[in-house]
Amino acid sequence: MTDPSPVLRKGTGQDDGVASAGHRGAARSRSGERLAQWMFIAPAAAYLLLFFGYPILRNAVMSFQEYTTTTFYTGSAPFVGLRNYSEVLSSDLFSTTVATTVLFTAGSIVGQFALGLAFALFFQRRFPLGGLLRSLLLLPWLLPLVVSGTTWKWMLDPDTGVVNAALRGLHLSSSGVPWLTGPSQALGSVILVNIWVGIPFNTAILYSGLRNIPAHLYEAAELDGAGPVASFRHITWPLLRPQVGVVLVLGVVYTLKVLDIILVVTGGGPANATDTIATQAYALSFQQFEFGRGAALSNVLLVISLTSALVYLRAVQRARNV
Amino acid sequence: MTSPARPSVRRIAALLTGTITLVAAATGCGGGPGAGSATDKVTSITALDYYTDEPEHTQWDEMLTACGRAAGVKVEQTSVPAASLIPKVLRQASSRTLPDLLMLDNPDLQQIARTGALTPLDQYGIQPRGYAKGILSAGTYRGKVYGLAPYVSTVALFYNKDMLARAGVAVPRTWGELKTAATKLTRPGRYGMAVDANATFEGTWQFLPFLWSNGGDERRLDTPQAAQALQLWVDLVKSGSMSRSVLNWTQADVHDQFVAGRTAMMINGPWRIPALNTDKDLHWGVAPIPVPRAGQTPVTPLGGEVWTVPQSPSEARRAKAAQVLACLNNSSNMLTLARQHFTVPSRTTVAARHAEQVPTMSVFARSVAAARARTSQLGVRWPKAATGIYTAIQSALTGEQTPAEALKAAQRFATGD
Repeated sequence: MTDPSPVLRKGTGQDDGVASAGHRGAARSRSGERLAQWMFIAPAAAYLLLFFGYPILRNAVMSFQEYTTTTFYTGSAPFVGLRNYSEVLSSDLFSTTVATTVLFTAGSIVGQFALGLAFALFFQRRFPLGGLLRSLLLLPWLLPLVVSGTTWKWMLDPDTGVVNAALRGLHLSSSGVPWLTGPSQALGSVILVNIWVGIPFNTAILYSGLRNIPAHLYEAAELDGAGPVASFRHITWPLLRPQVGVVLVLGVVYTLKVLDIILVVTGGGPANATDTIATQAYALSFQQFEFGRGAALSNVLLVISLTSALVYLRAVQRARNV
Repeated sequence: MTSPARPSVRRIAALLTGTITLVAAATGCGGGPGAGSATDKVTSITALDYYTDEPEHTQWDEMLTACGRAAGVKVEQTSVPAASLIPKVLRQASSRTLPDLLMLDNPDLQQIARTGALTPLDQYGIQPRGYAKGILSAGTYRGKVYGLAPYVSTVALFYNKDMLARAGVAVPRTWGELKTAATKLTRPGRYGMAVDANATFEGTWQFLPFLWSNGGDERRLDTPQAAQALQLWVDLVKSGSMSRSVLNWTQADVHDQFVAGRTAMMINGPWRIPALNTDKDLHWGVAPIPVPRAGQTPVTPLGGEVWTVPQSPSEARRAKAAQVLACLNNSSNMLTLARQHFTVPSRTTVAARHAEQVPTMSVFARSVAAARARTSQLGVRWPKAATGIYTAIQSALTGEQTPAEALKAAQRFATGD
């Protein structure tokens, strides 16, 4: 999104020059300026209201309604108060989907961040073909998620997948790991796939952060006798903090709402073992056509995401003030 | 980026106009297609279905065109993938742009009829006579017929003749025989049996013949009969004669496993026959689904798509659509369509004639006569029970719960509001 303020500042500077003839002119110019400011904001505000505000509002209203297939034709959706919320929150599945969502998010973030940071540090060194390898690392980002999800599903197939074939070939496992068919292994598998998908994002942001750290700091540290561990602890990590904040918070928000990967790789199964709040909300709305309940559950997810986004904004504010 | 020194009023006006146009587009102002007035002479009508695959799509296009010609209209056919049909219909229902002729999968009919978006067929003088009971009940909502299907289908047991012969195994007719046969047919790299136990309605659909043939009922899932049926699937997986991957397989995947020689038997439907026939080295046979005890008749779920006439302001268009619908369902077209799609005509007399002409279809023709519609007992509450059933299948096959526990949870889910 473009920030309108530089444009405004440029415009007002010239306006002031023209209007400096008299006090009255200045006043008129100031109110014109106000109008101009609002007019510049209007398209963005209208866009936000229309495409973000309206759907969120509709979703909020829908979560208090009995909104079913019939509603689509008749348009009538009786208000039911908090019934959708109480049903969603008291359902047998809710506690397990929350636990799965937490495990999925935590596992993905830890894995993505650790590997992303490792890759970023690795590519900071200069070596032949480093640039090429670094751009190849972006590949998971460039592939449509359905394509990579389907490929992973094939690779992890317990009977015919290449992963189990390799394990059997190396005599690490005789029967193979039930990657997609064991309830606990399946969660591990979708976390694995999501880590693979998330590495490029983490690497790219952390790498750019590393590039911004002045090289002379490392030289000075080296002169003072600091080893690689000490210079990472005292130079890299503190100076990388802003990027780390961005990566972690955006990572949490992105991971909480992951739907496509889980739907493609396991479909939420086996036996709901990989059902997160997001996939459950999808199933409620678009498979069982209980749109009211689906909306209620997705609002729960929205609140969780919003909380982590607020934490992020607060952190950014604090970092700026320092 | 360069920016004008002074914001031009005209520019902003243009921007605002753009925004307003967008709002209008987003809220769906302006008339959609098909809003023609009733007095206009109808020259073409629209039809929506999910026959996206070839040759199915072309065969249906030809049939619709022929029936349209007889009614004096051009039929414009649109096909969308099966999974997006209902979402599309719901969108069209809210914007009042439903097609003149709409195809629905039979278990969805009651759900859509309940919204009021469909018209009962008796108002066009269509009297369904001679239809098999199951499909007529699927097309009926609150005593009125809303949809008719030219053909129906169901599932049966497909087997690889060569594999059975080499293992010296006879085609299983009972659950006991099925278990032994599956064990005997299992080799390294090959399983004896395959089903679709996916966490979707397709998984439920494949389990129903086992549930129903054992006297189980979707209205009460926590019964010993239902638990025994689920136990059969659990035993097949536990003994290693059915892959645990059935948890993730769709019916198409099951078919692929069978064609690749990775399973000796499978549960599938007759719509797979054209694909099975393309492989000259594959010698397959088809038999009724094994039953609990010898001599019983399997009760299978009824598959097939019903055609409906949605509400529309133009009476003339609806009349034309109804004419085309009646034409699709006349006996000779029924026979043509059934032959093209390896399915069973939905009028019992036509089905009998068809089975005589195409012997491989006799298994399906017999099963269909006893087949039950998924919505016949629960009506619009069926999706809930179906969700409970596939969840129970998954819990039991992964070993998370015993069949009895899993089905108790399913019953709680199905009856909970």
